Amino acid sequence: MDLTLKIWRQKNSSSKGKFETYKVNDVSPDSSFFEMLDTLNQQIIEKGNDPVAFDHDCREGICGTCSLYINGRPHGPKRGITTCQLHMRSFKNGDTIVVEPWRAKPFPLVKDLIVDRSALDLIIQAGGYVSVNTGGIPDANAIPIPKMNADLAMDAASCIGCGACVASCANASAMLFVGAKVSQLALLPQGKIEAANRVQKMVAEMDRLGFGNCSNTYACEAECPKEIKVTNIARMNRQFMKAKVCAEKHEAASFGG
Amino acid sequence: MGLFGLFLAMFLLVHLTINLLLLCNDGGELFTAASSFMGTNIAIKIFEYVLFGGFFIHIIIGVIITLKNWASRPVGYLVANKSHTSFFSKYMFYTGAIIFIFLILHFMHFFFIKIGWVQVPAGLEKHDFYKMAIALFTNKLYSLVYIAFFIFLGFHLNHAIQSGFQTLGLNHNKYNCTIKRVSLIYSLLVAGGFSLVPIYFMFFF
Ligand code: HEM
Ligand code: SF4
Ligand code: FES
Repeated sequence: MDLTLKIWRQKNSSSKGKFETYKVNDVSPDSSFFEMLDTLNQQIIEKGNDPVAFDHDCREGICGTCSLYINGRPHGPKRGITTCQLHMRSFKNGDTIVVEPWRAKPFPLVKDLIVDRSALDLIIQAGGYVSVNTGGIPDANAIPIPKMNADLAMDAASCIGCGACVASCANASAMLFVGAKVSQLALLPQGKIEAANRVQKMVAEMDRLGFGNCSNTYACEAECPKEIKVTNIARMNRQFMKAKVCAEKHEAASFGG
Repeated sequence: MGLFGLFLAMFLLVHLTINLLLLCNDGGELFTAASSFMGTNIAIKIFEYVLFGGFFIHIIIGVIITLKNWASRPVGYLVANKSHTSFFSKYMFYTGAIIFIFLILHFMHFFFIKIGWVQVPAGLEKHDFYKMAIALFTNKLYSLVYIAFFIFLGFHLNHAIQSGFQTLGLNHNKYNCTIKRVSLIYSLLVAGGFSLVPIYFMFFF
C-alpha cells in the first residue's frame, strides 16, 4: 500500500506546531499502524531528521498508553480497539491519513503526537481507591457479591485510562473515565464504604482540572477501546446527587489515612 | 439543567392541551375559558413566575455550560469528529437559541400584551387570546414560521428528554429503552401537536 500521512508536528509545549505531509510506500496491509509509523520514522531518521514522537508501550491493547486521533476518530476507524491494535488493512491503498494528538485543555501537548494525560491520574488520586488496612486477607467467600455486580464492576474496571473518551467528546469531558472509575469500586461492598466521599472528590477534581461537562452525546462510548458503557456515567450522576443531598458534611473531608 | 429542562417539558404538555382546545369547533369558548382560568387563578399566577424562573435558569445554565465546554478544547481538530453520536445532542445550543428567538416572538404576541408592555392589536380586546391567536394563525407566513420553530423544538426535545434522565442518573436496564422511546414519542407529540393548530387555521378555518 502507498499512503500519504498528514501528521501534527510540534517541537515542544511552547512552540507552534503544524501539519507535515509524508509519503510511505510498500506498506503491508498486515502490518500494524505503529509498524507503519516505525517505517516512516526509519525513513525520517535516515534523512537525519527528527522522528515523529508518539506514545506506545504494550502494543497489545492493555496498557492505555497509545493515543492518536486518526481521520477524525480516537484510536482510528475500528470499534473497540486501541491504536496499537489497529492494522493497515483498515485503510485503502492511496489513502490520506490525518494523525492528530488528543486535544483537550487538561491534556497539554508534550511533543508531536504525545500529550500529558496526568490529569486522569490526579482524578484517581483524588479518591479512586479503597483505603486498605494492612493485616490478614479475609476469606474471599466471606463477602457475598451478586454475580451481576461483580460483572458490572469488572466491565467498569476494564478502563485502561487512555483518554479516548475525552478526545472524542465534543466537550472534552472525562465523565466516561470517571464514571468507570467510580463504578468499579461503588458496585462492590469494599468500595461502598467510601462511595459518597469518593464520588464528590473525583468529580470536584475533574471540574478543577478543566474537563468539560457531559451533554450525553455518547461519542465516548462509541470510541472507548474497552467499550465502557455510559450507564456508568448515569451511575456516577446518581451517586453524586445522592451524596450531595444525603451525605453528612465532614469537617476534615480527607479519607484514606 | 436536567431538572429544569424536564420541568419545562411538563409545562409544554399543559400548554399543548390548552392550544388543542383551539381546535374545538365552539367559537373559542373552551379555549377562552381555559386561558382566562390560567390568567386569573392565583396559584397559576404564582406558577407563572416559577415557570419564568425555570426558563431563565435553564437558558443561563445552558449557555454557561456550553461556553465552558467550548473552552475545554482550546485547540481544535483538523478533521472534525466522526464518532457515532446522538445526532441532535451536538446542536442543543443552536436549537435552544432558535427556541429562544421564538419565545421572544411568542411573548410579544401574547404575554407582553397581557401585562401591557406591548400594544393590543387594533380592534381586539386585551384578554381576547382566542381572536389574537386566530389573527396570527390565519397569516400563512406566521403559521409556517411557527411550524418551523416547533420542528426545531422537536429536535431539541428528542435528545433532551432521554438526556435529562441520564443526567439525573435515572437509568435502569429495564427502562432505558422505554425512556428513549418516550423521548421520541414526546418530541413528535409536541412538534406535531403544536403544529396542528396553525395547520388547522391555514386549511380548515
Ligand atoms: C420549551 C422549552 C425547552 C425545553 C422543554 C427544554 C428542555 C431541555 C432538556 C430536558 C434538556 C436536557 C438537559 C440535560 O441533559 O441535563 C435540555 C438541554 C439544553 N437546553 Fe433546553 N429546553 C427548552 C428551551 C431551551 C432554550 C430556550 C434554550 C437556550 C437558549 C435551551 C438550551 C439548552 C441547552 C444549551 C441544552 C444542553 C445542555 C447540556 O447538554 O448540557 N433550551 N433542554
Ligand atoms: S473509559 Fe474507555 S476511552 Fe475513556 S479512558 Fe477508559 S478505556 Fe479509555
Ligand atoms: S500501547 Fe498499550 S494499549 Fe496501546
